[in-house]
Amino acid sequence: MSRLQVVSGKGGTGKTTVAAALALALATEGKRTLLVEVEGRQGIAQLFETDALPYEERKIAVAPGGGEVYALAIDPELALLDYLQMFYKLGGAGRALKKLGAIDFATTIAPGLRDVLLTGKACEAVRRKDKSGRFAYDYVVMDAPPTGRITRFLNVNDEVAGLAKIGPIHNQAQAVMRVLKSKETAVHLVTLLEEMPVQETADGISELRAARLPVGRIMVNMVRPEVLDAADLELVRSTPRTALAKSLSAAGLGGARRGGNAEKLVDPLLAEAEEYAERYALEEEQRSVLAELGLPLHELPLLAEGMDLGGLYGLARELRRQGLS
Amino acid sequence: MSPEAAKANAQESARHRLSPARVLDIDPLLDDPKTRIMVCCGSGGVGKTTTAAALGLRAAERGRKVVVLTIDPARRLAQSMGIDSLDNIPRRVKGLEDSGGGGELHAMMLDMKRTFDEIVEAHADPERAAAILSNPFYQSLSAGFAGTQEYMAMEKLGQLRAKEEWDLIVVDTPPSRSALDFLDAPKRLGSFLDGKLIRLLLAPAKVGGRAGMKFLNVGMSMMTGALGKLLGGQLLKDVQTFVAAMDSMFGGFRTRADATYKLLQAPGTAFLVVAAPERDALREAAYFVERLAAEDMPLAGLVLNRVHGSGADRLSAERALGAAENLVEPRIVDQHGGKAGLRNSPDTYGSSESLASTARDTADGAPDGSTASEPGSPGPDQEDQSVDRLTAGLLRLHADRMHVLSREQRTRDRFTARHPEVAVTEVAALPGDVHDLVGLRDIGDRLAANRPELPETDGN
Repeated sequence: MSRLQVVSGKGGTGKTTVAAALALALATEGKRTLLVEVEGRQGIAQLFETDALPYEERKIAVAPGGGEVYALAIDPELALLDYLQMFYKLGGAGRALKKLGAIDFATTIAPGLRDVLLTGKACEAVRRKDKSGRFAYDYVVMDAPPTGRITRFLNVNDEVAGLAKIGPIHNQAQAVMRVLKSKETAVHLVTLLEEMPVQETADGISELRAARLPVGRIMVNMVRPEVLDAADLELVRSTPRTALAKSLSAAGLGGARRGGNAEKLVDPLLAEAEEYAERYALEEEQRSVLAELGLPLHELPLLAEGMDLGGLYGLARELRRQGLS
Repeated sequence: MSPEAAKANAQESARHRLSPARVLDIDPLLDDPKTRIMVCCGSGGVGKTTTAAALGLRAAERGRKVVVLTIDPARRLAQSMGIDSLDNIPRRVKGLEDSGGGGELHAMMLDMKRTFDEIVEAHADPERAAAILSNPFYQSLSAGFAGTQEYMAMEKLGQLRAKEEWDLIVVDTPPSRSALDFLDAPKRLGSFLDGKLIRLLLAPAKVGGRAGMKFLNVGMSMMTGALGKLLGGQLLKDVQTFVAAMDSMFGGFRTRADATYKLLQAPGTAFLVVAAPERDALREAAYFVERLAAEDMPLAGLVLNRVHGSGADRLSAERALGAAENLVEPRIVDQHGGKAGLRNSPDTYGSSESLASTARDTADGAPDGSTASEPGSPGPDQEDQSVDRLTAGLLRLHADRMHVLSREQRTRDRFTARHPEVAVTEVAALPGDVHDLVGLRDIGDRLAANRPELPETDGN
């Protein structure tokens, strides 16, 4: 299992949720994981129902069996100051830079620089060791930018190469790339069983592969329960309406005769079944498209009551059950 | 059910159907010649682009000359408008239903690098333009800066509007990490290129010459030193060249950003916040509504996509599940099922029903635990059982649907409680994606129909 787990996906597919569930799953049984946010959205804080996260690693959850999940919202400006401090001991000059807007300037004018700071911080956490020589975190999970931007985001070397041909930024980019392109890293893509997210996932995978970035798994999120299977749907088409009306009546829902309450339910229920069938066919189609991509596939259930902390632990359990940690 | 309970139930379902929110009427907005710009904004994955395209098509078929500016490179959407790939130039969409109003639909997709290049080419002499275009910082900024896309979208909008070629411009905003980026970006890029630091980089000598600026000068030399160390000398030189070139060319980015802002605040602009009835999407929508108000931007209303309905919404999830249980395990009949069975009017079962069904009805009514004799012929009984299993499945499906309905209702209620002033239009969920103009037209119809899922109001 790679130690840096990057989670991307089309907007609206729930990548923050999947990243958080993965961090919980990987922390189970005494492990320690760091969940990293890079887009300043405070999605992790919302998910874990805590106050906004500062730029500081802090414990936000305990996993089953005593594991711990830490979280960090990386701020590119503060990361740059950190970095300057670490390498140049700038002290007050760093603050002066900030006051002048130099930090904003540097992180704005060169998005590659911004990205190398974000990924650099995550890679630093991956490599960090404590005094006894053990890794500070067993795993680092990154809630990364969406599929459309992920390759560019991770491929910092190319981005920065044109800007800094030598110097510390250049070296930093090289070091980051060594981690990102190694087996230490796996990039997972979250999708839904819908056309556009699946298409975007396929495109994202080819881009990642072309950039030689390690593609991990496909996580299909919010999978609806299979209430009726293909055989049932066949039966829906062949069963006479009167039989359904009688059956509904037998279930205690009123009269089966024309105009009876049970009979009046037949049409709307069949309409719902028809919509379900259409969806079912589309989802099967998307499943086969995903299967052709040749990556391990995982499916996570749609939580009927919406996402909350309990649901998150449920998803983490599901990921473990599927052998993801 | 007691009369009071029945009355409460009726009130509950009336509340369910009649939203307390104001209804957003799309057609008058589209038809009003004073509406010149419509901006669709909202978080990612809520159907912004599709909504923009559907609005554009509807306005065109109602006789207006429309251009849709999309930012999201959704190939399928381009294809649905009969265009293989959209580019930076508006392309005419064919196959519109001619209402005799002479409307036209054009569509384009923002190419932000191309748009940026065009600005450079338009504002600098060829030699200088070439120098800027080949500067590594320009390349990085024009292709990747998180705010460039937003800024260029606004720039393009300004260009389209200035041409006076279209009656209506429908814009889809970029899939920003946060909805607010889109409003912040022009200012940010503007203030950034106009900022103190740039002044310093351009003319450190001038600043240093003033006595009061001594401290700043110290800071400055420390800073250039630090930047030089960090980025390398070549890089700093590139930055300075770039900034100098940009500065001479734009003559005040802030002015442009301000003009864009004013355009958005103008009365001819209508913002539509797009969301799905999900917690996160509506939370973003609420932020957006508040932000638009704070910026004096004219909000027309909220488009709530993917709303589920049911033709049988009088049958609650609980009752459907109870009934499904009765069917699958007919011998374990709970009080509720028994009572429900008794409520049936006797004539329902009287006439031509099959024997098996009647036998089971008896079993249904029987007290808990009593074993009904297995009916004789296995053939029809098995068939009956499979119909019952199927019916139970349909009822569970319905229960799921009712759960979705009530969750969506709760989520939406939270939004309307917070923002009762916002007019809302709901668009019923479609099972699949939109592939063609027919699909877009269908969405347009749903947008304009105020309550698409309004069920018949006969009582239960």
